[in-house]
Amino acid sequence: MPARNSKPTLKQLKDNFADVHPPLTPDEAVTEASRCLFCYDAPCTRACPTHIDIPNFIRKIMHRDNAGAARTILDANIFGGSCARVCPTEVLCEGACVDNTMLNAPVQIGRLQRFACDAAHEESFGFYEAGAATGKQVAIVGGGPAGLSCAHELRKQGHRVTVYEARKVAGGLNTLGIAAYKITTDFALTEVERVLHLGVDLKLKSPVDGAGVAELLDTHDAVCLAVGLGNTAALGIAGEDHKDCMESLAFIFQTHEKPLNKCRIGKHVVVIGGGNTAIDAANAAIRLGAESVTIAYRRDRASMPAFTHEVDFALSSNVDFVFHAKPKRVMTKAGKVTGVRFARTRLQGKGRKAKLVAVPNGDFTIPADFVVKALGQEPLDDLVTSISKLKTNKKRRIVVDQATGATSVRGLFAAGDCQADTMEEVVNAVQRGKIAAAGIDAMLATGATLR
Amino acid sequence: MIASNTNGRPDLSVDFCGVRSPNPFWLASAPPTNSGYQVRRAFEAGWGGAVWKTLNHDPIVNVSSRYGAVDYDGRKVMGLNNIELITDRTLDVNLKEIAEVKRDFPNHALFVSLMVESKRETWHDIVKQTQDTGADGIELNFGCPHGMSERGMGAAVGQVPEYCSMIVEWVKEAAEIPVIVKLTPNITDIRAAGRAAKQGGADAVSLINTINSVMGIDLDTFAPKPAVRGMGSHGGYCGPAVKPIALNMVSQIATDPDIDIPISGIGGIQAWHDAVEFMLLGSTSVQVCTAVMHYGFRIVEHLISGMTNWMAEKGFATPADFIGKSATRITDWGDLDLNYKVVAEIDADKCINCGLCFIACEDGCHQSINIESVTEKEFLKRTPSAKDRVFTSGTDQYTYGAGDGYVNIYTINQDTCVGCNMCSLVCPVQGCISMKEIDTGKEPMSWREYQELLAAGKIDPIEPPEHV
Repeated sequence: MPARNSKPTLKQLKDNFADVHPPLTPDEAVTEASRCLFCYDAPCTRACPTHIDIPNFIRKIMHRDNAGAARTILDANIFGGSCARVCPTEVLCEGACVDNTMLNAPVQIGRLQRFACDAAHEESFGFYEAGAATGKQVAIVGGGPAGLSCAHELRKQGHRVTVYEARKVAGGLNTLGIAAYKITTDFALTEVERVLHLGVDLKLKSPVDGAGVAELLDTHDAVCLAVGLGNTAALGIAGEDHKDCMESLAFIFQTHEKPLNKCRIGKHVVVIGGGNTAIDAANAAIRLGAESVTIAYRRDRASMPAFTHEVDFALSSNVDFVFHAKPKRVMTKAGKVTGVRFARTRLQGKGRKAKLVAVPNGDFTIPADFVVKALGQEPLDDLVTSISKLKTNKKRRIVVDQATGATSVRGLFAAGDCQADTMEEVVNAVQRGKIAAAGIDAMLATGATLR
Repeated sequence: MIASNTNGRPDLSVDFCGVRSPNPFWLASAPPTNSGYQVRRAFEAGWGGAVWKTLNHDPIVNVSSRYGAVDYDGRKVMGLNNIELITDRTLDVNLKEIAEVKRDFPNHALFVSLMVESKRETWHDIVKQTQDTGADGIELNFGCPHGMSERGMGAAVGQVPEYCSMIVEWVKEAAEIPVIVKLTPNITDIRAAGRAAKQGGADAVSLINTINSVMGIDLDTFAPKPAVRGMGSHGGYCGPAVKPIALNMVSQIATDPDIDIPISGIGGIQAWHDAVEFMLLGSTSVQVCTAVMHYGFRIVEHLISGMTNWMAEKGFATPADFIGKSATRITDWGDLDLNYKVVAEIDADKCINCGLCFIACEDGCHQSINIESVTEKEFLKRTPSAKDRVFTSGTDQYTYGAGDGYVNIYTINQDTCVGCNMCSLVCPVQGCISMKEIDTGKEPMSWREYQELLAAGKIDPIEPPEHV
């Protein structure tokens, strides 16, 4: 249970952010592995977006071939160790596990995957080598899971790869944007290193704009956009620009970038939003020592996009929930946040598309000295709209050929959160990176080139 | 049949060659019966009898280490072996403790295992000293496969029927109490040893002793397991993994008309139902070692409870009501009915769609299971009971056993199914795959009868099955 006293020490804060699912010991791993039935055409493997051959790697753990297990995992997903930590396994591999039907408990696939990847990481470093040089050159814009997964696959095929990353570290949200009690920056960077080991030209602090993309298209054989998404959507209410009304990603980034006792936090925190990022922010706020944390969501419990297991976890961390609360303004007094004013809402109709109406005279205030905005990320519209002939959908995501990742622009591919056909998990980004790499490789194999 | 004892509960006591035992569960001659301290603890825990660890005039010297085990996919000690020898305590100490235990536990069956060099006088002497303790009987260790056999004892005797008969005769010259001969499985036909024991005058046999084995090799040191300064030696294998071998040998002895003496069954018994199986094949008592070495004497409570409840359910008042009941069910392959037919059937409501039956049938057996990939929606429509597998997280629904939008449904092609059982053996769900008898419309016909009918020209050869 996180410390709730008002002045937690740095050690207490670190303890608060300790692994939610601690690593398995070798004996635990073998015992857990022995529970796997070794299904044929296993549902878990199908449910994994990267289609890791799960029964295969589990059987290798059981037979004490951890390096072989890691190889099986990383063959399908070069961020296997990260995904083992951050994947919503409850609704992916473990949610498909047939042991749910017999024991009401799936095999702990995520923890076994972490075990194998950690063991392999301790024993050796590089599993893959670059392919024989093809002379082709590919630029990747964005050094997150999608871009690096794409880079990894392209290097295996022997294509030269340059990755342009806007931030000062690579790995994208996997490095900085996921709750620190799920994955540490240090670990995330070890998997980035695994990709760089193949000889990837990584350019940090190198943002690329529309003109830059055009230039890359002129100078490379193919370009992949893997820029992800931008900032959290604004609330569109008064007071939200206050310094103690933080955007959720910046709020989570600080738990990776700063000592935990230097992170910005208040005593009473309101988190606005109903998705998994809102949950991560609320859990982080509790762990940073907030006395009370309330998630306010404008619809009802059933409409929350956040996974049930994440909501349960937040509840077990003493996060409070207020539903039917639509923010109207962040209240301040003498330059300090004092609370958030909400309109009480009700739903007309059923489901996610039910109309939201305000209850007359239903306004109320939740006192708070710190607010986190977690409405979900917006697309990087400036970049996307400045690339000529690039098609996007209604949600302003880049439209791609699902099978190849090709966009409407010749030679330009897209992967990860910035394109339309994906769920926004790290594992989905990795898979879209693989798909775009295969699409690029296939295009290059035909001899087609932009130059 | 109705349980006849006064309180309506089955009576587990048995009479073994005139020796009464409160239940058929005995400890085998082995490390758990090495001392008076252990045998007392065992009797206090509820064991009906014990065979004291093998005595000799002079204590032997043991090595370190001694035991090795086979683990299987996460379960420990499926099989155990040892290179430990007979007692390493002096004869006087052992005899004194045997007398004290027998005095304090007069209603328990206490046998003493013996093994000495092949001299008539030596055998006479130890038999007399042993029966002076008041022990109920003697078990001759003609089975120990390691260490003692190289010295002309143990399995070295059990493997040569003439030696076996001769020594049993010597023992019987001196013995006034029942004599069991413990048989080695390290022999081509265990019936030869059983007949020799009978001819020598044995009152009973016990089997099986341990099987010659090398447990494994350490892949770092390249030494065998167990290792003594990097070297190993073949040892005696036992534990759950050997049970089927033991059952076969017990049934061979039990059905041999030339033997026809009581049997004490041994080999991998760890649960009450294992014991029942040995008794159904003709054992009057059973002996246990590995399960006790693994879990301790306390397991006898499970053995007693399970057998009592099973007997009550079946209406057996005493073990005599079921001992040997299945012995005659084991026959020659040539007498089995060629016209009997079973086929597998999968209960769709119980199936968890793991596909283990499919891949076992497809790659190892007879290619008779169909696989059909259907959408989750179609699966739920076809299998209403699967609604319990649907769960909601966030605003989405998921189904256990589904992945990438589909579920595999498995069905048996009963036209080509040969009824081999394999799918039902690998299925992880109790009662999901059952083997159903189907009416072939043919009279029973064994292979022997078939050969006779063929020779007489009264039948056409049976057509080979059509394969996929």
